[in-house]
Amino acid sequence: MILERLFFILFAVVAIAAAGGVVCFKNPVHSAFSLIVCLLQVAAIFVLLRSPFLAVVQIFIYVGAVMVLFLFVVLVLDIKKASLETFPGLKRWPVYVILPVMAIEFLIVIFGKSFAHMQMAEAGAETTVEVIGLALFTHYLLPFEIISVLLLAAMVGAIIMAKKRWN
Amino acid sequence: MIFSLLDVLALLPELILVAVACILLVLDPLIKKCSGLAGVISVVTIIAAAIATYCIASGDLAGGSFFADMHKIDLYSVFFKMIFYVATVLVMLMSFQYVKTKDINMSEYYILMLFSLTGMMILASAVDLLTIYVGLELMSIPVYVLAGFKQSSRKSNEGAMKYIILGAFSSGILLYGISFIYGLTGTTDLAGIAVALKDPVTSVPALSIAIVMLVAGFAFKIAGVPFHMWAPDAYEGAPTPITAFMSVGVKAASFAVMVRVFMVGLEPLYDQWVIILIVISVLSMGYGNLVAISQKSIKRMLAYSSIAHAGYALLGLIAGTAEGVSSVLFYMAVYAVMNIGAFAIIILLSVNGRIDQLDSYRGLGKTNKLVALLMMILLFSLAGIPPMAGFMGKFYVFKALLSQGMVPLAIFAVLMSSVAAYFYIRVIMVMYMKEPDGEFKMFKPACLYFVILLTVVVTIWHGVYPTLLIDLARLASSII
Amino acid sequence: MLLTYVPVLFMTGFITVVAIGVLFVSSLVRPKNPYAEKLTSWECGIESKGESNTGHYKVHFFVIAILFILFDVETLFLFPWAVILGDPTIATLAFIEMFVFIGILSVGLVYAWGKGALDWL
Repeated sequence: MILERLFFILFAVVAIAAAGGVVCFKNPVHSAFSLIVCLLQVAAIFVLLRSPFLAVVQIFIYVGAVMVLFLFVVLVLDIKKASLETFPGLKRWPVYVILPVMAIEFLIVIFGKSFAHMQMAEAGAETTVEVIGLALFTHYLLPFEIISVLLLAAMVGAIIMAKKRWN
Repeated sequence: MIFSLLDVLALLPELILVAVACILLVLDPLIKKCSGLAGVISVVTIIAAAIATYCIASGDLAGGSFFADMHKIDLYSVFFKMIFYVATVLVMLMSFQYVKTKDINMSEYYILMLFSLTGMMILASAVDLLTIYVGLELMSIPVYVLAGFKQSSRKSNEGAMKYIILGAFSSGILLYGISFIYGLTGTTDLAGIAVALKDPVTSVPALSIAIVMLVAGFAFKIAGVPFHMWAPDAYEGAPTPITAFMSVGVKAASFAVMVRVFMVGLEPLYDQWVIILIVISVLSMGYGNLVAISQKSIKRMLAYSSIAHAGYALLGLIAGTAEGVSSVLFYMAVYAVMNIGAFAIIILLSVNGRIDQLDSYRGLGKTNKLVALLMMILLFSLAGIPPMAGFMGKFYVFKALLSQGMVPLAIFAVLMSSVAAYFYIRVIMVMYMKEPDGEFKMFKPACLYFVILLTVVVTIWHGVYPTLLIDLARLASSII
Repeated sequence: MLLTYVPVLFMTGFITVVAIGVLFVSSLVRPKNPYAEKLTSWECGIESKGESNTGHYKVHFFVIAILFILFDVETLFLFPWAVILGDPTIATLAFIEMFVFIGILSVGLVYAWGKGALDWL
């Protein structure tokens, strides 16, 4: 158990550091790679939480597909210009007010015994892919099939939006 | 757990729409030459789906829930589905001429509307948070694209961009709220959530955060202040029929799901969410009506007025009774009709080459007496002046509010609707009191004219004789 | 259970250490002589011109990437599906369900093809 906790701390610290890197790096490509590191750590945390399927989803969708999209966007945009430009003269003080408030709020939620009454999953029990598959294809069948229509609509939308520009 | 054909049958209207949309997509390269065809097919499909819905609702399947209690067929869902059918058909009818003049005549325009309609129907029947989320996305994504359909127009692009980014942000917040609710109650089923919430151990701070997040997510969809920032730009930039679709269809569907979530799932927490809803409602009525006064563009004015109308309709939900719910249903039906009518008249002017500005309406009462008269009736209805349907809508909402003893809120709403009357009547003033620029011979496409006449007739009919619709609404809300 | 993932952890850790280590060691050994010319793209000694020089690529890349994401999500659902296909009580049902799912998405593929979204140039 102690080892598991140590690994959690390792992954969490690296994830937060990488997330900080995403914001701080000037070069968007560096930010994107930092994001990959962050997402990989989150995938590792999912493994620690005994849901390997979510870890696979994380790597498959985010590290795989979404990062490709990010990098293509970086290509399509003008990198040099985008990296030089800072945000227009926005007032930054609201950020410094809102962020601590939100942080305190979430800490209260987490340590306020919000989840105390909940039945914890059995220690070491794994949410296997079978369990997810069974739920997906029986109880959650309707949302699953709607997702296919949703993906189709998104595909049509993406093609329409970009159409004239490359015709 | 194994599904039967009955489940599929219960989903028949949605299946019809998706199937036809798919066929149109595959055949798209072939029917590119006669693109009006896709529109006609879509209208026929929606009518077929409406008939299917009616048959199912009057048959044995009525009152049942399907797909492991994910999809419910009750009068409530049928009432809203009928609003969506009528709204979508009317919007398509008024699009036929418009898309030709604006050079956006593509079959995808109608196909995306079919997809969005499917999402709305799923929302109306959804009793599970997961289905609700997927349905919301299916409804919104096609509308994001439709809002930016005028590719050459900067305004259209800007509006669509704001809509997409804020929309994605809000659905993220909504999903976060849903995950909190799931974490605290252990279920996504609305009835199950209500049971779990009755247990006092679940009243923890995290629940309040979940409620705030759910309200924020839904308030974005109905464009309630302070989650309205996208609305004026998206409404102004979008093709006008799509503006009507957004302000009517998307709003009605969001109200359908909002009422179900709050009155069924979160009913035990009424005291908590009603405070947030009161704030949103008051802000929406105040901000929407006051800012609408200073607008020069009629579309933008109607955008702010639609924010205000969302505030009025929320009052019915705030009342928190069956009477209140029925007033929301009535309000949505009436608002759909009168708002589509007003947008149809904007389109009529726009296909005649008039830009969307208040000045375009100068002297319309002298050059085109009938159009001005129809516009006046619709604007009176939007302002809530008797004997139009808009008045009855407000009347029932206020009545529900007063029967719960919320007098200050009702007084504020009445005050705000008198502010609203100012900017609606200003348009009428411009039409009748200003001199026209010259002769204005109008070309009146039959479909568009039919929509305008129909909406005006329905507006007057439900204003004079609201019993039929309000009885239906009461019947539909009795299950909530 | 978690122990089954230890080899994965070791492998990723090992690879990370090796990759960073190689870069570090070579940075100690290699000569350092940076100048601006080294940062330009090299095309047979000719100075690069055209749209790629300014950093603007075609929007088409973006469309392809979006199509990739959508089909990636689809493939992801195949994973739990394949796992439960062995269960005889729901195998037939799951089979039909997945084919409806894939059928609807392949409409999108046909559409993208018909629209020419998959054509390069």
